[in-house]
Amino acid sequence: MTWFEKLMPSRITTERKSRSVPEGIWIKCPECGAQLYRAELERNLFVCPKCDHHMRLSARSRLEVFLDQDSGREIAERLAPQDPLKFKDSKRYRDRVTQAQKETGENDALVAMTGLLKGQPVVASAFEFRFMGGSMGSVVGEKFARAAAYSRDNRMPLVNFSASGGARMQEALFSLLQMAKTSAVLATLSEARVPFVSVLTDPTTGGVSASLGMLGDVNIAEPKALIGFAGPRVIQQTVRETLPEGFQRSEFLLEHGAIDMIVDRRRMRDEIAALLAKLMKRPAPDA
Amino acid sequence: MDLKFLDFEQPIAELEAKIDELRFVGDDSEINISDEIKRLKAKSEELTRSIFSSLTAWQVAQLARHPLRPYTLDYLEAISPDFQELHGDRMYADDPAIVGGIGRIDGRPVMFVGQQKGRDTKSRVRRNYGMPRPEGYRKALRLMQMAERFRIPIVTLIDTPGAYPGLDAEERGQSEAIARNLFEMARLRTPIVSVVIGEGGSGGALAIGVADRLLMLEYSVYSVISPEGCASILWKSVEKAELAAEAMGITAGRLQELGLVDELLKEPLGGAHRDPRAAAETLQSALQLSLRDFEVLDVAELLRRRQARLLSFGRFRES
Repeated sequence: MTWFEKLMPSRITTERKSRSVPEGIWIKCPECGAQLYRAELERNLFVCPKCDHHMRLSARSRLEVFLDQDSGREIAERLAPQDPLKFKDSKRYRDRVTQAQKETGENDALVAMTGLLKGQPVVASAFEFRFMGGSMGSVVGEKFARAAAYSRDNRMPLVNFSASGGARMQEALFSLLQMAKTSAVLATLSEARVPFVSVLTDPTTGGVSASLGMLGDVNIAEPKALIGFAGPRVIQQTVRETLPEGFQRSEFLLEHGAIDMIVDRRRMRDEIAALLAKLMKRPAPDA
Repeated sequence: MDLKFLDFEQPIAELEAKIDELRFVGDDSEINISDEIKRLKAKSEELTRSIFSSLTAWQVAQLARHPLRPYTLDYLEAISPDFQELHGDRMYADDPAIVGGIGRIDGRPVMFVGQQKGRDTKSRVRRNYGMPRPEGYRKALRLMQMAERFRIPIVTLIDTPGAYPGLDAEERGQSEAIARNLFEMARLRTPIVSVVIGEGGSGGALAIGVADRLLMLEYSVYSVISPEGCASILWKSVEKAELAAEAMGITAGRLQELGLVDELLKEPLGGAHRDPRAAAETLQSALQLSLRDFEVLDVAELLRRRQARLLSFGRFRES
């Protein structure tokens, strides 16, 4: 921090932190700084009309803008976290959970729904990044497993939007094993020949990227999303050199063959609906 | 012998130093030295027993990373003398941080896969401190799929600080390599037994650890993140690694209580490195028993049980 930054009130210095869309009538684009009218931004699915920056979305708004209007019905919404290890760092895990629940209105970091995508039945789930960094613990794993099992048993394709820092440390090995659990259920989906589309949004790293995130029959990323196994800070500490521009961004992943396509949020419904219709051998959905 | 005693073993180290000194003095002094050595030996053993009866999680983590601890190839040499190493992922490279190949247990062929650390500076660098890159995981998968093809059971030995967090590893799809192994191991049509022999470091460990049965050596650890990593994120200080190790419950004993580990394998007094031969024998007989258990299952039942086991992981409430 320079002396000048130290002098500035903290509200100004934290403004650049990219968060989910804040409240208020006017919203400033964290990328280009443009002042945007909230209603207009909402119509644009929280993509900046000036610079196309894709702002982070809450899990619920994500599913709302993805599924056909009012078609979503929530799955396993009653699952809530336990604290098997009575985990405590500077704060108790219990308290962190309660706080996150208050802030987000969610029980945990994944929301799952059945619904329609351009008239086709699908199961869709989305990570809530504001809930402890979208971290995957037992509830996320179980909810994902149930969503996937529902998708498999009813032959409805599965679409997941990830936004997560990885496994939830406070649930220790229980969270690590959610990687095995979610991957195992996806293996059964695959054997049943029900498609899974994984949409990677900003940011998706660690245990979520290294399990369900990379296991789509089709992997899609939103533009310029940070996607990787290790976080950039950890890599920097390991290799002790500055990371190249655009490293671990969607475009980098596409170039290295890790994902199938980059899709603008405003085209997401169209692209996925068209893909799923082909994989399910259905007629093309309406434009 | 230099046993490279850890901090908490210092009282033992002092006794052992005394014993060595006496040995050096030899038989030409007046007191009966061999009796004195015997007495000190017994005392040292008692002290070791007492110190090792109440180890903290952090101390166990130190033992799991002990520089003399037996590594994958040490165990393979001891339990399967006719082990033949197979190399390469057929796509990019051969990753020395993961070794694999075919050996035998009980006279029956077994596919072994494990992370491999180096013993001296040069081999540590070559083995990348046991941190695999994507090609390592892809080699592991290739060998495991070959085992499936020939109906050979799989044994994996886990010993890694974690998957390598480097630029090249990211470029070649570290996430995908790990995820693919989790996905494929869940449905491999042959028995898989995994043993944590040292460090079970996060996704990098799990990527060869999806199994029908999970065993852990007594002084090995298994965790979602290293104690240091957890401490630096949640406590904002690496100094708090000891607290983090305790909070995460990373030891075999604790994980068995939590129902996440099926079997704990007792180590020789003072840890596997004090008597590698005995540790290898324990491992060998545990593997024999496990493999016999799974041998009698038909594949459909094996897979049904594995799926149920994997889906059972987790603790949650439902209101």
